[in-house]
Amino acid sequence: MWDKAVIEMIIRGIGETLYMTLASTLLGYLFGLPLGVALAVTDKTGIKPNAVVYKVLDFISNIIRSIPFLILLIVLIPFTRAIVGKSYGSTATIVPLVVAATPFIGRMIESSLKEVDGGVIEAAQSMGAGPFTIIFRVLLVEARTSILVGATIAIGTILGYSAMAGTVGGGGLGDIAIRYGYHRYQADIMIVTVILLIVLVQIFQTVGMYISNKLDRRKR
Amino acid sequence: MITLNNVSKTYTTKDGEVHALRDVSLTIEKGDIFGIIGMSGAGKSTLVRCLNFLERPTSGAVLVDGKDLSLLGEKQLRAERRNIGMIFQHFNLLMQKNVTDNICFPLRIAGTSKAAARKRAEELLEIVGLTDKASAYPIQLSGGQKQRVAIARALATNPKILLCDEATSALDPQTTKAILALLKEINEKYGITIVIITHEMAVVREICNRVGIIGDGRLVEHGSVLDVFSHPQSQEAKELVLRTNNENPDLVETLETRNCVRIVFSENSSYEPVIANMVLRFGSPVNILKADTKNVSGIARGEMILGLPEDREIARGMIKYLKERNLAVEEVTGYVG
Repeated sequence: MWDKAVIEMIIRGIGETLYMTLASTLLGYLFGLPLGVALAVTDKTGIKPNAVVYKVLDFISNIIRSIPFLILLIVLIPFTRAIVGKSYGSTATIVPLVVAATPFIGRMIESSLKEVDGGVIEAAQSMGAGPFTIIFRVLLVEARTSILVGATIAIGTILGYSAMAGTVGGGGLGDIAIRYGYHRYQADIMIVTVILLIVLVQIFQTVGMYISNKLDRRKR
Repeated sequence: MITLNNVSKTYTTKDGEVHALRDVSLTIEKGDIFGIIGMSGAGKSTLVRCLNFLERPTSGAVLVDGKDLSLLGEKQLRAERRNIGMIFQHFNLLMQKNVTDNICFPLRIAGTSKAAARKRAEELLEIVGLTDKASAYPIQLSGGQKQRVAIARALATNPKILLCDEATSALDPQTTKAILALLKEINEKYGITIVIITHEMAVVREICNRVGIIGDGRLVEHGSVLDVFSHPQSQEAKELVLRTNNENPDLVETLETRNCVRIVFSENSSYEPVIANMVLRFGSPVNILKADTKNVSGIARGEMILGLPEDREIARGMIKYLKERNLAVEEVTGYVG
């Protein structure tokens, strides 16, 4: 049972899971960060309130977040094929993962930025800071620990989503757990893959919290 | 230095319009320490924000150094704000940056080089007396130290005006005194015009030379601190002058029920034993409810609250007697509590 092939499969599974998770998180932030900033800035309490922009972004983010990931994965197949050329495999899974992660990340960025004390923003305005200065030198800097805590949550969630990649032949540990544990009744392989998933989440969580604590200057 | 012409500010809320400021006209001269005092909700915070256009007035003009702020574009307005420093009740320091970087912040966003900004920060830390805290983070500082950093930061761009929004309201009395002394020193040394928003008469008395009193969005009274303290005209002013004694919050309530006057002695009226002579003259005793000497803009002023006899005739005679001796007399009865 635990022959070379199985072990190789599990190692490849770890690699695929990490690839999908990290690439999707990275791309998710590439789109989610501007989205979150736009949401925080255009809200009526933001530095450049704009009801129309806010409503549109708010509506789109909510719609995408309401669609279950498994369905999003299938609905997006034509879109995925248009982008990466095929609709199966780890790389193809990254497309729906990014689509699902972007509004989620945007919301977390928005809430992190809204935690920044309005008085500090006002102080920056009184010094003659414009909107871009406030975004890049006040909001994102003051909220950085909160943003990092959000990132560790995002990685965990995306890792969970990536387990569904098996549906489109995406591979990864979740795929192995379902194929062997569920379809073939090989509980031992399933348990090992689940334990590996738990370990991965723990590592991301620990590292993320460590970095965000290290960067937080609000401690004595 | 700062001129307000018929400035009004109206907010539209769900429950209708709120008039935060109504037709305020005011001139603040260069080198003034101008106090703006009023109860909470009177509009003083809105007023100070109109001075650097953090709030845009609904109507009226704000002229700073001859420039009409409403005529400036976004960019010019931002540049102009570098001439107007501001400090706040809750300090509003960047919590993730250390003291030096906080002070450098306004310089860096104005395009000053890192080295030049650091040099200026060192000078400023010396002025506010925090050289040893250069690399500390705000969380490690006390309230008074945070406000010193905020003052240093506000002064970094060499402003001509410093706006203080309830800058001492979150501080204990001793720290308040120290911060006020620092502000006074800055005013005298560097000739910076200071505008102080407060709800405490003690702050105004301590360092301001001129004062404006705001009540319900209107500037109800303004003038030299000495005048307003000795001869308050408006209800709001009378109330604020009387409420100075924090340790005696019930005083106003007690006084309302009695026949009381508040008298203020100036330096030349202290030679004659006025009260004693008055009691002898009228053959009726008065009750001294409170007596105090206060430092008003650096000049000692005696303040006394007398309970006059029940007899209206005698009471009126006494008030006349006191006024004839050039004392400032205010009837306390009828103050709105």
